Amino acid sequence: MNEKYDVCIIGGGVVGCATARELSKYDLKVCVVEKEEDVCSGTSKANSAIVHAGFDAVPGTLKAKMNVRGAELIRQLSKTLDFPYRQNGSLVLCFDENGIPELNKLYERGIRNGVSGLSIISGDEARRLEPALSDKVVSALLAENAGIVCPFQMTIAFAENAASNGVTFRFLTEVTDIRSDGDGYVLSTNKGEINAKYVVNAAGLYSDKIHNAVADDKITVIPRRGEYVLLDREVGDLVSHTVFQLPTKYGKGVLVSPTVHGNLLVGPSADDIEDKEDTQTTASATASVKERALLSVPKVPYNKTITGFSGVRAHLETGDFIIGETKNGFFDAAGVESPGLTAAPAIGEYLTELIVNKCGASLKENYVKERRGIPQVAKLPQKERTELIKKNPKYGVIICRCENISEGEIVDAIHRTPGAVSLDGIKRRVRQGMGRCQAGFCTPAAIAILARELGIPEEQVTKNRPGSQQIKESL
Amino acid sequence: MMKEYELTCIQCPIGCALTVTADGDNVAVSGNTCLRGAEYGRKEVLHPSRTVTSTVLTENGEIKRLSVKTKTDIPKEKIFEVMDVIRKTKVKAPVRIGDVVIENVCGTGVDVIATKSVEKR
Amino acid sequence: MTYHDLVIIGGGPAGLAAAVSAHEAGIEDILILERDERLGGILNQCIHNGFGLHTFKEELTGPEYADRYIKKVTDYKIPYKLKSIAADISAEREILYVNGEEGAVSVKAGAVILAMGCRERPRGALGLPGYRPAGIFTAGTAQRLMNIEGYSVGKKVFILGSGDIGLIMARRMTLEGAIVICVAELMPYSGGLNRNIVQCLNDFNIPLKLSHTVTKIHGKQRVTGITISEVDANRRPIKGTEEYYDCDTLLLSCGLLPENELSKSAGVTLDRVTGGPVVDDKLQTSVEGVFACGNVLHVHDLVDYVSEEAERAGRQAASFVKSGKENDKKYITLSVGSGVRYTVPQMIDVNNMNDSVTVRFRVSDVFRDKSVSVCYDDKCVIKRKKRILAPGEMEQIVIKKDTFGDSMPKTVKISVED
Repeated sequence: MNEKYDVCIIGGGVVGCATARELSKYDLKVCVVEKEEDVCSGTSKANSAIVHAGFDAVPGTLKAKMNVRGAELIRQLSKTLDFPYRQNGSLVLCFDENGIPELNKLYERGIRNGVSGLSIISGDEARRLEPALSDKVVSALLAENAGIVCPFQMTIAFAENAASNGVTFRFLTEVTDIRSDGDGYVLSTNKGEINAKYVVNAAGLYSDKIHNAVADDKITVIPRRGEYVLLDREVGDLVSHTVFQLPTKYGKGVLVSPTVHGNLLVGPSADDIEDKEDTQTTASATASVKERALLSVPKVPYNKTITGFSGVRAHLETGDFIIGETKNGFFDAAGVESPGLTAAPAIGEYLTELIVNKCGASLKENYVKERRGIPQVAKLPQKERTELIKKNPKYGVIICRCENISEGEIVDAIHRTPGAVSLDGIKRRVRQGMGRCQAGFCTPAAIAILARELGIPEEQVTKNRPGSQQIKESL
Repeated sequence: MMKEYELTCIQCPIGCALTVTADGDNVAVSGNTCLRGAEYGRKEVLHPSRTVTSTVLTENGEIKRLSVKTKTDIPKEKIFEVMDVIRKTKVKAPVRIGDVVIENVCGTGVDVIATKSVEKR
Repeated sequence: MTYHDLVIIGGGPAGLAAAVSAHEAGIEDILILERDERLGGILNQCIHNGFGLHTFKEELTGPEYADRYIKKVTDYKIPYKLKSIAADISAEREILYVNGEEGAVSVKAGAVILAMGCRERPRGALGLPGYRPAGIFTAGTAQRLMNIEGYSVGKKVFILGSGDIGLIMARRMTLEGAIVICVAELMPYSGGLNRNIVQCLNDFNIPLKLSHTVTKIHGKQRVTGITISEVDANRRPIKGTEEYYDCDTLLLSCGLLPENELSKSAGVTLDRVTGGPVVDDKLQTSVEGVFACGNVLHVHDLVDYVSEEAERAGRQAASFVKSGKENDKKYITLSVGSGVRYTVPQMIDVNNMNDSVTVRFRVSDVFRDKSVSVCYDDKCVIKRKKRILAPGEMEQIVIKKDTFGDSMPKTVKISVED
């Protein structure tokens, strides 16, 4: 492989895909390289799935700017790109009168950041909004504009829309070195070289490595792991707002939130670790997260837990994102941690503006603005559902009984571009296996469908990256 | 020489605790609650045996694997030998439940039979 | 909307036996909805023997046991739909089912029998720490992959949980050439039947470690090993007891959960302990005309008991359809005393009850040389000595109507006593 692109984006997470989508509006040859087998395989896949209102970040920082703009963009894009988003509002809880000045500070920060829909409410008002809240809540910051989103489907929507506008995706392609060749950059990868006039570093946890290969000032990403507990949809309505805790001397709080798919999410912990791939869960962090959440919502029914997971965030000591043209033609989106998911579309927009200004590219004439998601067949009215099944009987064959996902939806997930090539890829696109049995019943069928559609033996079907085969051999 | 064995009966899910005393072929069983248990205790100390169940490949069947079993129990020490033969066996659909799949497996005098019916694909 | 006298959700052992008995009780207009491609349910993958000793007085494999009932269903020409999943049930007994041929279809039922079975407790619900690689399967998933799809899922296997499916899979995988290192069990006693410990573990020298659990799963892509620890009396891992095992597969056999999402959509009241519907002596749920049987009601150890229970549900549903109205109900509560976790049924309708009721229950711990007692209010009426009682083995006791006498008791309490 030796290909030439105008822009090469390193990293197929939410930032890389959002940037690819923005760039795909212009007459540019764009490529996304991703070391994993699919988009949304790193930090983007394991986080709080929150669209932050924007009161948390220090005014004037990139985090603040990108957060507020990103939240606005997500609201619009969820419609044009058809991904699940719900403006459920958030509450920051204060449990101690002494904390109220701190709560007021957050409010004022929000106002300075340009966040609307903020108000300070009393403990009783908070409990009226959320009856499950603790009696200990004395006051709360309500942010009406906060929301929740499906991080997988948002990233995938960006990627699909980018792909339908001509962006190329290269998976299982890891950038090992970057050098300038006067006219642009040459990226060495495990699959050969790629030439690009401009490079976008959206490498997440590895954004330090990519940055340091080009830039003079060196940065260090500190991998910060957060563990979460996910509960059954049965108890997903315990709270309707995303419930944060005001940071106290006992540490940064944990959140309790509904997810956009109706589950209940509790977390995260925050532990700095050595290994960027260390996505283990630990008994101690899980226990601590569960206990701390009870401060906000005393009756979280943990016996309804369906899974636990952890994600690793790319933390920089400076505390802010690094976004912009770091070197001639080399653009950073480094150290994107919380509120990175919210900020992603704004980062994409901003970087695109910088690149377009620099190269003077013009808008495409045949730009496809909209993208439709895979039909959620079980949610259709009975008549429409039947009509769809009559056209394609596979939509009537339920594979995942917990989440009601049909074979047709799984086949769609595989044949989209970029499509699912692994079991996790299917899961993130259509939620097969995301439910309470955690793919116990549907794993055999999902393996069979993936093998059939990709034309590979079932023994080669992987859970995610190569080496994660579920089946050893035929008997 | 007299020997005493403490066994758990496997004839049914009750799982009675059996005490078996054996002096050569002279065997006494206690602790059983049925005749099958007495027979099991006796056999287990003299000639232990088991039923083997597995699957074989179907060549043109509507399902990939046909479940099979040894029609009666076979000597316990022959389990893996019998499995080796079963593993190499393929059948052509259709097969009816109860059909013999392997005759007199490993010279045990016991047939391996189908425990499912498989139609042609 | 089409109408059927009886719609049975599930074509596994419970659904089949219920259909057969309802037909024999004179109901012809039956529809069985089965989500899989065959009737028989989980029995199709339970290729081992040990089924049917109670029902047929002979030892059968799972598929053979299912076949006996499938034959009757076909002989009686009882209609069934395969690859058809019930998506919703209303309290008015309207059922929405979905399949590839018809789409989403609503039917109205005179009576409904819930026979959806159960599911396995997954890794996530167990909260096992460590990575989330490939190679972690619930025992039933591994069983399906092996016995139906024909694949080996691992070469070096560790099993957590001594439930029967785990024990059966220990033997099955050994027979297919895998090395099964060990079975670890959190509790101080096995969750499976004794006979399975003998013929699935002891026969192949597979150790069983009681009071142990997995405290770390290793491997980023595929399982590379696991760490286990001993647990204390509160089931918490004891520091310093960690042992590491190399393996490529972890099987989980840590309990079954009745699958009652549909029951909930119908508004059926569930029992917190069993996870299944609260039922009366007719196996009728809190929603009139909706009955439940098999593992959706409570998890059974033996399919023979499932069939027996389902036959009862079939007969009761048939008589409900035929008679329509019952006498006014008058309930006696079955309450659990010390040492008893639950009973099924949870109540008896004395105005409509049969001459006797079989009550099934599970005990909460292993008890030796104790008695099971049944008390009507404060009066002890039955006391039965037991050499051994274990949570893994379901117990039953028959309560006869004529023992109630003239003064009906308010509660019937079952306990374990000295």
